[in-house]
Amino acid sequence: MKLSLGPVLYYWPEKSIMDFYDQALSSTADIIYLGETVCSKRRELKTRDWIELAKSLSQQGKEVVLSSLALLEAPSEIKILQQLCDNGELSVEANDVGAIQLLHEKKVPFTCGPAINCYNASVLKLFMNKGMQRWVMPVELSRDWLQQIVFDCQALGIRDQFEIEVFAHGFMPLAYSARCFTARSENKAKDDCELCCIKYPQGRATTTQEDQQVFILNGIQTQSGYCYNLINDLPSMQGLVDILRISPSSVQAFKILENFRKELQGEHTQYPHAHYECNGFWHKIAGLESVN
Amino acid sequence: MELLCPAGSLPALKMAIDCGADAVYIGLKDDTNARHFAGLNFNDKKIVKGAQYVKDHYKKLHIAINTFAHPGHEIRWRNAVDKCVDLGADVAIIADIATLDYAANKYPELELHLSVQASATNSAAIDFYQKNFNIKRVVLPRVLSIQQVKQLSRNTNIALEVFAFGSLCIMAEGRCYLSSYFTGESPNTVGACSPAKFVRWLETDNGLESRLNNILIDSYQSHEKTGYPTLCKGRYNVGGKLYHVIEEPTSLNTLSILPELMQANICSVKIEGRQRSVAYVEQITQVWRAAIDAYQASPAQYKVLDAWTSMLDNVSEGNQTTLGAYHRKWQ
Repeated sequence: MKLSLGPVLYYWPEKSIMDFYDQALSSTADIIYLGETVCSKRRELKTRDWIELAKSLSQQGKEVVLSSLALLEAPSEIKILQQLCDNGELSVEANDVGAIQLLHEKKVPFTCGPAINCYNASVLKLFMNKGMQRWVMPVELSRDWLQQIVFDCQALGIRDQFEIEVFAHGFMPLAYSARCFTARSENKAKDDCELCCIKYPQGRATTTQEDQQVFILNGIQTQSGYCYNLINDLPSMQGLVDILRISPSSVQAFKILENFRKELQGEHTQYPHAHYECNGFWHKIAGLESVN
Repeated sequence: MELLCPAGSLPALKMAIDCGADAVYIGLKDDTNARHFAGLNFNDKKIVKGAQYVKDHYKKLHIAINTFAHPGHEIRWRNAVDKCVDLGADVAIIADIATLDYAANKYPELELHLSVQASATNSAAIDFYQKNFNIKRVVLPRVLSIQQVKQLSRNTNIALEVFAFGSLCIMAEGRCYLSSYFTGESPNTVGACSPAKFVRWLETDNGLESRLNNILIDSYQSHEKTGYPTLCKGRYNVGGKLYHVIEEPTSLNTLSILPELMQANICSVKIEGRQRSVAYVEQITQVWRAAIDAYQASPAQYKVLDAWTSMLDNVSEGNQTTLGAYHRKWQ
């Protein structure tokens, strides 16, 4: 199994991003996804900066994939997508069906990202015919669901023609909205948000009236309140999963990456779940549950 | 402009037709349907009667097959498409790409509409579905502003349908896993959001609590109105402030922008609420029929009548309505 670093989902200042990817370069990550996937107003790095950064990491020996925006509404956002698709070198993670259409037209190979509704092998086959090389399973699906899909793909004779990646660690993107919840939390209009997401490099915690952390607000994206962690579930992934995704919240991601690496290399450390960690989706129960 | 009304039962279907709906949409009694609630929807016998009633009144029948086919069980979604054709329904509303593929190949004559659950919010996505499955219409997600709806209308040649009234889903539909995060069941997988079987109401010293799978959604004092604990409509804390972090309990109501929708060439206005009562269907159908007729009779004189507003407020969540994402300020 390979390890990937998912795109940074939060809005970080340019320097933090550059420092992060400096470290990513020397990390053991096999694949690096990068790009703005949440909000087109976030421009610490402009699209061409992301493409340049991606190319430079790629020239230094990493496999790099450009991640695209999940919720595409304005024509200007389609233009950004076109720019990514026209990068001429790197593959793209499609996070909207619109991206699949453009990538197919331009004959650019792509990864089907976790924000695309792909729930069965027939869809995978259709996407494969459009140029899909890798599929990141939607976060809400379980091991059972995946196993059935893998079985169906074998029957269709396509299992060896694309890779399967699973979101294995981090706060999960669970929803996308017209409304910016970070701006709303500061009583700002979305139109006049002053890019306030930059103040929350790990999003804004949302708790119930009993202090249970239920969501992390990240602009128009709502994330899980608990951190998904499948490190103890690696044995149940054998033969099903090709790549594990670590979704970074900070440079702590590199430490987590190392822990996963050691597990893959045969160490069997048990990592008891902290109270803010969960793995329910993998076990076909409520996502926020934790099975040790 | 077509008035497309919800029907979760045969009496609701008849009521919608009798009150002036141009078309109704319904679903089967299984998880191919994103309103898969106990006591709702059409079994084999009822659906035949419903289809006949619609036909007898020269109206249109849309069947929603709007969840995503489970691996190993695709046959259920295919059967739903077959049933649609056997019944002589006018339209299948489909979300899943595998199901669209099946329908487009097996029944090239069947009119396909792209379900809102497919979440096509841009011209490139619409292009994908149009080119691959020859869909004739897209139901637009409730995340677009009226400006964005107009832009799409100018930039695509496909018929566009919008949600005009009803419960307001604030997330891009079909791409929200909040319900399965809380309960293990989501619209995409089982056809229900915040399912009723996980709801508990508890009278406590702090007030009346609503819980979903034991997670506290809201707590009400005696003077406060209670609402169904849809998880995105709860009151939570952010930065020491307690408020409706995601959305207030409120309903979408676009009566005031009906002229703009007409001018943007929107071909159909859809009313949400297959889970609602026959009385609800009666009231919303009457009001929307009256509004569309009034506009078409005399566009320049169109105005929202107080009587319409109060009727709609009565059947709205929290007795309040909003223009939702159509209005930029709300965003």
